[in-house]
Amino acid sequence: MIPAAFEYHPATSVDEAIALLSQYGDDAKLLAGGHSLLPTMKLRLAQPAHLIDIGRIPGLSYIREEQGAVAVGALTTYATIERSEVLRRHFALLPECASVIGDPQVRNRGTIGGSISHADPSADMPGAVRALRAEIRVRGPNGERTVAADDFFLGTFTTALEPGEIVTEIRFPLPPARTGSAYTKLANKASHYAVAGCAAVVTLGADGTCTAASVVITGAGTMPTRASTVEAALVGKQLDEATVAEAASHAAEGLELMEDIHGSKQYRAQMAAVMARRAILKAAERARG
Amino acid sequence: MGIAALVGTPIKRREDPRLITGQATYVDDLKLAGMLYMAVLRSPYGHARIRSINTEAARQAPGVVAVYTAQDLKGVVGSIPVAAPLPPHITNGMGRRGPLAEGKVRFYGDPVAVVIAESRYGARDALDLIEVDYEPLPAVVDPEKAAQPDAPLLYEEFGTNVAASVHPPTDEIDRVFAETQANGGVVVKQRIVNQRLAPSPMETRGVVAEFRKADRTLTVWSSSQIPHLLRNYLAEQLGLPQHQVRVIVPEVGGGFGCKLNIYPEEALAAFAAMKTGRPVKWIEDRSENLAVTIHGRDQIDYVEVAATREGKITGLKVHVVSDLGAYLQFFTDVIAIAFTLPMICGCYDIPVAYGSCDIVFTNKAPTDAYRGAGRPEAAYIAERAVDLVAHALGKDPAEVRMINFVKPEQFPHKMATGTVYDSGNYQLALEKAMQLIGYQQLRAEQAQLRAQGKLMGIGISSYVEICGIGPKGLTPFGLYESARVRVDQSGDVLIYTGASPHGQGEETTFAQIAADEFGIPIERVLVLHGDTDSTPEGRGTYGSRTTAVGGTAVYNAVQKLKEKMKQIAAHMLEASPADVTLEDGRFSVTGAPQKAVTFAEVAAAANFSNTLPPGIEPGLETTVFFEPEACTFPFGTHICVVEIDKDTGEVHLRRYVAVDDCGRQLNPLLVAGQIHGGIVQGVGQALFEGVVYDENGQLLTSTFMDYAMPLASELPPFELDHTVTPTPYNPLGVKGVGEAGTIAATPAVAAAVADALGLPHVDIPLTPERIWRIIQQQQAQPQA
Ligand SMILES: Cc1cc2nc3c(=O)[nH]c(=O)nc-3n(C[C@H](O)[C@H](O)[C@H](O)COP(=O)(O)OP(=O)(O)OC[C@H]3O[C@@H](n4cnc5c(N)ncnc54)[C@H](O)[C@@H]3O)c2cc1C
Repeated sequence: MIPAAFEYHPATSVDEAIALLSQYGDDAKLLAGGHSLLPTMKLRLAQPAHLIDIGRIPGLSYIREEQGAVAVGALTTYATIERSEVLRRHFALLPECASVIGDPQVRNRGTIGGSISHADPSADMPGAVRALRAEIRVRGPNGERTVAADDFFLGTFTTALEPGEIVTEIRFPLPPARTGSAYTKLANKASHYAVAGCAAVVTLGADGTCTAASVVITGAGTMPTRASTVEAALVGKQLDEATVAEAASHAAEGLELMEDIHGSKQYRAQMAAVMARRAILKAAERARG
Repeated sequence: MGIAALVGTPIKRREDPRLITGQATYVDDLKLAGMLYMAVLRSPYGHARIRSINTEAARQAPGVVAVYTAQDLKGVVGSIPVAAPLPPHITNGMGRRGPLAEGKVRFYGDPVAVVIAESRYGARDALDLIEVDYEPLPAVVDPEKAAQPDAPLLYEEFGTNVAASVHPPTDEIDRVFAETQANGGVVVKQRIVNQRLAPSPMETRGVVAEFRKADRTLTVWSSSQIPHLLRNYLAEQLGLPQHQVRVIVPEVGGGFGCKLNIYPEEALAAFAAMKTGRPVKWIEDRSENLAVTIHGRDQIDYVEVAATREGKITGLKVHVVSDLGAYLQFFTDVIAIAFTLPMICGCYDIPVAYGSCDIVFTNKAPTDAYRGAGRPEAAYIAERAVDLVAHALGKDPAEVRMINFVKPEQFPHKMATGTVYDSGNYQLALEKAMQLIGYQQLRAEQAQLRAQGKLMGIGISSYVEICGIGPKGLTPFGLYESARVRVDQSGDVLIYTGASPHGQGEETTFAQIAADEFGIPIERVLVLHGDTDSTPEGRGTYGSRTTAVGGTAVYNAVQKLKEKMKQIAAHMLEASPADVTLEDGRFSVTGAPQKAVTFAEVAAAANFSNTLPPGIEPGLETTVFFEPEACTFPFGTHICVVEIDKDTGEVHLRRYVAVDDCGRQLNPLLVAGQIHGGIVQGVGQALFEGVVYDENGQLLTSTFMDYAMPLASELPPFELDHTVTPTPYNPLGVKGVGEAGTIAATPAVAAAVADALGLPHVDIPLTPERIWRIIQQQQAQPQA
């Protein structure tokens, strides 16, 4: 568990980091909280020759309510998200998700930008970001662009980030009234990553019918995956236990299931449904206020 | 006893301040001038022939001082020590290995070469430059398949993977089973798996070796449980006289048996230090620890138990398949034979017991003693057997236990296995635990919950185990313990123990013993251990033996010094030694209490010597060896309550009650600490842990991302109580408590889960998916 030799470059600004990324290309990796990258390097699964530390760049860690959204800086740690009143008020799901990631040490170091850029299929935060239909602000050699979370995750450890690009901010659009959200996961007993997790957001009409639903499954499949069938089965309905259970039973549809010693495909598929049912019921309860 | 009366009180551990403030020195804290670092190249295959090894590029790498393979060690470094090789195969060399693999690798992680370099990083980098040409061979990881005639062979020359078999005649047990059945009783059979575990101490292994060429003295610092045995065997391996080898065991961050071993890296670092003339350090990383440090358990046990309709067990038949892994470590071959089979009857007075055993090599890491070492397996067998009977007869498992317990008046009691238990009161411990947890109310609640479709289970484990090893004959080297006690001129006491505490707290308990016996404050007593140059020959710390055996050595040494001090005091008081008594740190004359000298005054007189009576040697120091006449048998009952999430299969441990009897408790706080840690490890086996290899011998649990350790957040507060049944085999009356929690906990949790599911048995680890599958099955075919 000794990493290969690398050169360390502490970047002082996003521009400098982008320049360094352009200079070293494939030989370089960004370092944020280091809690995914460093373990990988210690196992020599990654051997970048250059580490560009963006963790010291000032002004990338914040949670701000602005223009119909809450903007979260890429370097914001899980611990900060977990304790954020603003987030708790608008999207209970986010602090809830952050609070079940790793342990306090991990939450003090790991960043939301790092988590979504890494795109580990078993990670928690990507599902939450997708379910909340966040916009991901990205800067690269060709300037700035915004990617919808639905377009950001492309596969296992694969995102829409182009070479040289850095995630700078994740923007969560403020939800309409009577919206509730929740995150549930069945933790792998060793790593405590998700064997299956579900991030759910539901909006209810004045009469309690579901007017919008966003349900994303993580852990069970090869990437955080939107459970469209589940969403469709919720909209227009009263979210009682039976309806939600029926809808959630479709959670694994469209998933490319994973399998390992902590869960077979069959188990993961079923757990996706269980987690979905629980998350949706919780979200609906929160929506009712 | 005097005012001190420390024994029996829950004083805090004296070793803790340095440990919890980061001021303790572990092997990795050592930095010697000119020190080199060692990294080990390990097999990526479970089984392969080594066609060739090319170390040229590695030798040329920057900072590399040397690269060694088995070739370099030939005829220079002896093979890895095995304490008790069994005939005929093992005595003929089966399963023995040198420090580096020769010709073949037999498990994932098998050491193949070492790099010695100026830095730890440089050493690791150079590993990638060594080219090994492997010819992969078919591997076998299942011990039952390995025992088949057509299995791939680890040691071709022996024509089998079965290292030894013990199969006594079955006539008697067959007769008992037939009779029981003829009389309307039951015979229940169950195959149970005791899965492979990784001991996972917080501190991995580590070695520093320094060789002084001028006088050919070797000093080895090792994170070990056995400094003297390591010194003795290492000297033999390296061809050095024992007195030119010194082993120092600094602070050790947990051992749990896995450091009761002499590993390849100790000889390798020593060899490298001798060759290069510079100190060499090796620190095991976590993935190495999970892959190559011994694993524990790994048995498949076939249990057959016969009982009358009333629940009286008439016979027990057990066949053990013990997975040795690829090589023998210190006690690998005897764990099942010497520690499981003799204990299969547990706490139960079973008239006829039969044990057979096959010990088998597979392409996995060697197994050996891990917290409990063979006794957890035995306790699991016995407890499962009783529960199987209860389930088959529809009786309460507590009732079946009560019916079958060895009764208090039967001790010392010779079991059907031949093992003689010293003392016990099993019924009392069970009753106390049932009372504490509210057993009857829980059964009522369970019935209610069942009616609501909820899964709640109660599990009982009434265990007994062997501690305080040991009497003569268990190993070729004897299992005594030693103490050198010195009272210096100011009346301070130094205790040098041959045992090697590494977290158990004997720096505290041994001081308690001496302080009470001398009647002096504990601050005046210091306990030292772990350096073979200053401590008397000892056997180390494992098998819950240190207090029973080492503590007794301390006690006996103190008695000897007290006698000598009485003689000196008598001379000073102009009285007869027979009239002098020591109390509260004062020697006084019976009947004339004002005529007294203090402990310190006598100590000064002894050490300054001018006023000593003729015939009394100056100084106050003695060395005592203690070898017990027999082992001790601690026992107790643990009861736990689980709830199962039907949707996910997750087990929630709701309550946990433990009533333990380790004989007299020298320090209840330390006893509780041992029980707590022990329970956690036992729960770990029941619910979470398991070393997993794929069929090619690839290790799938090589990091904590995949090897599931129990977390504090997954455990309830433990509710502890105890009974006290002293052992007659040592003057302290202590039995041992280091492994009890682990031995007790696994069967308790396993029983609770089976109880919740209404099944006779479910194999551990009780992982969510395993339980979920059972629930799915039960729902698919509802019970008639
Ligand atoms: C013990 C432990 C337990 C854990 N448990 C969990 C868990 O339960 N659930 C879970 O989801 N995760 C878990 N994690 C992973 C944790 O969430 C990581 O911190 C997170 O995945 C990565 O964030 P980071 O800031 O540490 O990123 P780093 O490790 O620094 O980087 C990760 C990757 O993202 C890239 N990167 C980082 N920041 C950016 C950016 N702004 N723009 C572009 N690329 C970037 C890096 O180049 C690297 O490739 C655990 C980690 C550990 C060590």
